Amino acid sequence: MTVELILFLLLAVVAVGGAINLIAQTHPIHSALSLIVVMVALAGIYLLLGAELLAMVQIIVYAGAIMVLFVFIIMLLNAGKEERTAISRAATYLGVPCGVLLTAVLGWRMAMSQPGPLAPGADTEGMSRELSTLLFTRYVFPFELTSILILVAILGVVVLAKREM
Amino acid sequence: MSDFTVWLIIAVAKVIVVMVVLLTVVAYLSWFERKIVAHIQSRWGPERVGPHGLIQPLADGAKFLFKEDPTPEGVDRFVYFFAPFLALSLAMTTIAVMPLGPQVRIFGHDIWLSVVESDLSLLVVFAITALSVYGVALAGWASNNKYSLLGGLRSTAQMLSYELSLTMSVVGIVLMTNPNTLSLRGIVEAQRGTATLPGASHWFVFPQILGFVCFFISAVAETNRSPFDLAEGEQELVGGFHTEYASFKFAMFFMAEYAAMVTASFMISVLFFGGYLSPFPETQAFHWTFYLPAAMALIGGVLLVPHGLRYHTALGRVLLPVMGLALIGVGIVCALSGVIGIIQGPFWLAAKVFVVLFIYVWLRSTLPRIRYDQLMAFGWKFLLPVSLANVVATSLLVALRMNR
Repeated sequence: MTVELILFLLLAVVAVGGAINLIAQTHPIHSALSLIVVMVALAGIYLLLGAELLAMVQIIVYAGAIMVLFVFIIMLLNAGKEERTAISRAATYLGVPCGVLLTAVLGWRMAMSQPGPLAPGADTEGMSRELSTLLFTRYVFPFELTSILILVAILGVVVLAKREM
Repeated sequence: MSDFTVWLIIAVAKVIVVMVVLLTVVAYLSWFERKIVAHIQSRWGPERVGPHGLIQPLADGAKFLFKEDPTPEGVDRFVYFFAPFLALSLAMTTIAVMPLGPQVRIFGHDIWLSVVESDLSLLVVFAITALSVYGVALAGWASNNKYSLLGGLRSTAQMLSYELSLTMSVVGIVLMTNPNTLSLRGIVEAQRGTATLPGASHWFVFPQILGFVCFFISAVAETNRSPFDLAEGEQELVGGFHTEYASFKFAMFFMAEYAAMVTASFMISVLFFGGYLSPFPETQAFHWTFYLPAAMALIGGVLLVPHGLRYHTALGRVLLPVMGLALIGVGIVCALSGVIGIIQGPFWLAAKVFVVLFIYVWLRSTLPRIRYDQLMAFGWKFLLPVSLANVVATSLLVALRMNR
């Protein structure tokens, strides 16, 4: 076994374990923390693949910015433990088989498929340069469109919040 | 020895050296801060434990270890114990990507003077900074105390807000490097001087003065240091997020704050003041500056020995002269031909970091804590627009220079 394989298995176990823990925990903060663990483990897997920029962006944007906001809101609202009702129990009985089925189908498809050729510029050297060039030339329109979408969402939130005040 | 063994030995040695130095610096930074603040306020500061209070950090450490460590009722046990570990380990990780010096030859091996070499070390620092919010936020939440929660909430909002201008103010520097790089070593090398111009004139602090001001203020806020230490404002929040923490868990938060301060000082020196580069021109005429580290250690040692011999306690009469002799020894070692080249980078970096740390302490003893709404308004309505304007202006200038 190579070092990379050991690291991959370790990170994969942490990611899957964190994801399962995310659902199993009853307290929202614990769930949010598990989600952070999943995201950091995924960033580690990106690093193993040589996608350093993606790994850093994953941590800065998801684990850093977005999850901090999650935790902040949970703390601000002082959300308590999740209460189990009849419907949430029904969801468990329905959800677990569905999840198992989905995993089986996805796993089967992935095991069957052959790895395709690498996209151009997907080597590790100069990856960040390649990615930014693509982002600001070929994909500049969808990229800017996304930022406008987020801006509209922010404006919407401000309008909604102001109306209540 | 195989290549892997050599690599492993070098890597472990680097980690051990950097960790020991960082922990010592963090411990003595508390002494340094108390001394400086005391002298600025016309007091003596720590004076009892050892000569000039030099053993105070050890005494503090022993006190933290042996104090009672009560766990309050109703805390979220896992998060409560996890938060200090998270805070400290994240604060001490960032030092790994700092370029501490150029490539040097030690015992026939070419060694980069940094723990890890990464093309994206700037982003690594920001990634770890982004995560370090959790230590404070979770500590505040898990303590089951309203004051702690308020401190945690405040600091989360504060760190989120100032992280924006912190990141934005660095974009100008990345734009100015040619070819553009996100590695801290690349940024340092971009500030290297030429034969005619001294290195100091290439420092990014001059073209990026706006970015520097934004970065410095944001860095102070990001490390929760005075005048932005609202997370622990003792007059309003008892102790903020660490109210319910005692003993060694409190010490871990304490160390995390100082380690973050050291990291921020490293970042300021590396990004704006040429990192490990000497401020003098790299010519034969200025070769004497290579002897500056040795000369400083020698002069310090020579001054310390007679001062120590006349000290008023017996311990001081022994300890201070021994330290002076050790300094003289260090000075002699630093002048040896094999060592003198290796010591240059770390010396200049340490000197710059020391100055920035002094300014940090100076700020704390000078400025009163600002109000929370002022803090938020300042971050969002002043720092962020200014750092954005800096990005726009820098990119305009860079584009104009490229097209000329």
